[in-house]
Amino acid sequence: MYEKLIAELSSPGRNAFSLTAWNGEETSVGQYIPENLLRTEPAKLPEVSKIDIVRHFTRLSQKNFSIDTNFYPLGSCTMKYNPKINEETARLAGFAHTHPLQPASSVQGLLKLLYCMERSLSALCGMDAFTLQPAAGAHGELTGMMLIKAYHTKKGDGVSRTQVIVPDSSHGTNPSSAHLAGYEIITIPSDDRGMVDLDALKANLSSRTAAFMMTNPNTLGVFEKNILEVADMVHKAGALLYYDGANLNPLLGICRPGDMGFDVVHVNLHKTFSTPHGGGGPGSGPVGVKSILEPFLPIPRITKNNDTFLLNGYCPDSIGKVSAFYGNIGIIIRAYAYIIINGINGLTRVSELAVLNANYLMSRLAGSFNVPYKEGVMHEFVISLKKEAQTYGVRAMDVAKWLIDNDIHPPTVYFPLIVEEALMIEPTETETIDTLDEFIEHMMAVKDTMRGDPSLFHELPRTTEICRPDEVQAARNPILTWHDRN
Amino acid sequence: MRFPETLRYTPSHEWIEVTGKKARVGITDFAQKELGDIVFVELPEAGRTVKAQQACCVVESVKTASDIYSPVDGTITAVNADLDKKPELINEDCYAKGWIFEIELTNPAQIDNLLTAKSYSESYAT
Repeated sequence: MYEKLIAELSSPGRNAFSLTAWNGEETSVGQYIPENLLRTEPAKLPEVSKIDIVRHFTRLSQKNFSIDTNFYPLGSCTMKYNPKINEETARLAGFAHTHPLQPASSVQGLLKLLYCMERSLSALCGMDAFTLQPAAGAHGELTGMMLIKAYHTKKGDGVSRTQVIVPDSSHGTNPSSAHLAGYEIITIPSDDRGMVDLDALKANLSSRTAAFMMTNPNTLGVFEKNILEVADMVHKAGALLYYDGANLNPLLGICRPGDMGFDVVHVNLHKTFSTPHGGGGPGSGPVGVKSILEPFLPIPRITKNNDTFLLNGYCPDSIGKVSAFYGNIGIIIRAYAYIIINGINGLTRVSELAVLNANYLMSRLAGSFNVPYKEGVMHEFVISLKKEAQTYGVRAMDVAKWLIDNDIHPPTVYFPLIVEEALMIEPTETETIDTLDEFIEHMMAVKDTMRGDPSLFHELPRTTEICRPDEVQAARNPILTWHDRN
Repeated sequence: MRFPETLRYTPSHEWIEVTGKKARVGITDFAQKELGDIVFVELPEAGRTVKAQQACCVVESVKTASDIYSPVDGTITAVNADLDKKPELINEDCYAKGWIFEIELTNPAQIDNLLTAKSYSESYAT
């Protein structure tokens, strides 16, 4: 059923509050706010009764599709279960009731947690230092690019190193972040196994290269076996190697980006470290560096002096602040809880199971669907529905809609760009074999239905409130604001 | 798919139609088909100087956003403002009403290095 907007529920005079009478002296608001900034007519706020507000937002919350309700194999997003103890920890009064402007001496416990989080991430990633400030993955990428620029500038190469190289399988944010940091983007092709083409990399590395950005395993889910050679080539050219941590989930406790030769990494706490993702919460994209880049990290830095933790704002080479205060603290607390509760053995098991689940799904589905890059697949894999699109006219988007009707969140579609009609599947470690088997059954049913009546797919989904929107119209003439017609 | 023989082509799927020192540029039938429904065109600024193979505008479809590269060196003299309101002209009529920009050639000899309809359709439009 169509859920009216809160503004549409409004009826003049209704309200959901009762304030006690004010016995003090009344003053005019104009005393405090300049006249030209005052409203001339009352704000059009919705006037709604309390029970209608409660029902409205409760109903909206029930429309939410979440990892707590359904299987969510959204590749590269690592939509893993968020343990409830993360929430309990973040709600502890000593964390929840702090203010960002409190003096450091009054938040020693919180600073200790942040300090320990930086050390934990450094240990897990094989880096020397971390900043927790970036508020999301792409923000981490931008911060990383700014660190790389500061490093080259300090060395005197800042003006001549103008290029950042990315593979054609990279996350779209990689070239975007590098571009925002002022770099020219060079895209190189992948080889026939889906890995970085070493010859193409070699041909493009030069004294103009500032960095090579990649993720490992890459967006095809394939582990880059030549990573040590890649690192060596990049470093010989005087450039730095950047690690996009979106795909860190299969590596915890097994191998570390720092040991592979990466100089800068960002990790997505909302992926690998089980904090809310998607619409569920703000992200967090801490950035780790090797010691050569540590002087450039954003301020303030958290330092430890005997048993006291300080927010150190004096770092002359720092790129400055990248966050108003110290990042999305509530999220960092949740991720730290996840690390502590699992410990290194638990985290290793997380990665092992993530790889096992993905490989189980892949080997079961590979008999019926084309998986173009199978070698060295880790925590996610990509199906190509190119043949199905040609034979039956059923495309990746149609299969996604089918899955919606079957209460499964669709995998990532049409990414990576180098696979036509891509479905990118990442089950994560927390799913049982029963859930994986159910998913396989659904995919087999998809195949059978295609063979039977492919036209059926174009009307899906049927179970949702808005079935198939006219995407072309929506993109050409988007209506982004609600207007009161009265 | 149609690739008029009077035009020249690039491996990145632009066409160019030369008239004297001026030329019109758009994207090929193959390109518009691959992109799907075009929803937005970010036109270049008239007066801008561009180099061959330099990205100078963006075509956005429901599927993706793609850079459009200038086939030649030159100065952009006009843009197809109709695309602002009707980006679908590229899907409907890519070689005529769906042209994107007009450029004054700095070096007309560059045209000879571009692909013919035959070599484009055989090597790139597949």
